[in-house]
Amino acid sequence: MKKIISICLLALASSAVLADGNMLPLKIPEKVNSECASCHMLYAPAFLPKESWGRIMGTLDKHYGTDASLDPQSVKEVSQWLFQYAGTYKRVNGAPPNDRMTESEWFIRKHRKVSELTWKHPKIKSKSNCMACHTTADKGQYDDDYVRVPK
Amino acid sequence: MKSTKVRMLTKQTILFMALGFATQLSWAIDAQGFQKQYSDEAKQTASSARGEKFFTSKHGKEWSCATCHNAPPTSDGKHASTDKTIAALAPGFNAKRFTDEAKVNKWFKRNCNDVLARECTAIEKADVMAYLINLKK
Repeated sequence: MKKIISICLLALASSAVLADGNMLPLKIPEKVNSECASCHMLYAPAFLPKESWGRIMGTLDKHYGTDASLDPQSVKEVSQWLFQYAGTYKRVNGAPPNDRMTESEWFIRKHRKVSELTWKHPKIKSKSNCMACHTTADKGQYDDDYVRVPK
Repeated sequence: MKSTKVRMLTKQTILFMALGFATQLSWAIDAQGFQKQYSDEAKQTASSARGEKFFTSKHGKEWSCATCHNAPPTSDGKHASTDKTIAALAPGFNAKRFTDEAKVNKWFKRNCNDVLARECTAIEKADVMAYLINLKK
């Protein structure tokens, strides 16, 4: 009986971890870290389809209001990595408007209970600021257990 | 026979040493090196006062250099749109700054475009370098 309970618990625990955990590949190339995570945290390639990443990497000189242009060799290396893991999050379904993950259907649905006032909190400011609430987002961990909404 | 071999070895060692020295020379760039490079290119002496004014002023767009890097840029700054921490820019407060030419070129290109909507001129970069070098602990 004890064994059954522990197996059930284990299964429950692992399914909880799998539910929305580990969106990032275990190994991140140094190039990716230095080029994609100096101005913002590293967004998981899983959250956007290949089509969106391709457009983003093709317009880095106009990157959400700033110039993030890169040399062609770096663009190639980073794109390869992005494409390898693009859209692997199970809820991704086509390119979202403006290639913004925050405008994806799944993102809107998952954040439907977050009030406008919360979004405007000075510690949040933007929907792309995952780390403001998902404290382990930079590790690819988006599970509810690690969510702390600033008060 | 033996002496020829020794001579050849010596020659080889000298060649290697010279090569090592040369590579080190071309790699070891620092803030002073950048200032010299830019003012040579501009054929003009850099001015720290002009650099400070340039750094802290807006140039027709929303941001100045100081918006993200602080004024003076001797402590950690904050990215204007993402709030991500930006390590201190002045080389006297952050030894890693201005040691990698590709990185310096990359950021001047991007940030000048964000602040001025164009590339910076050589004298603008020389002046900013003079200003940054002047900031000391």
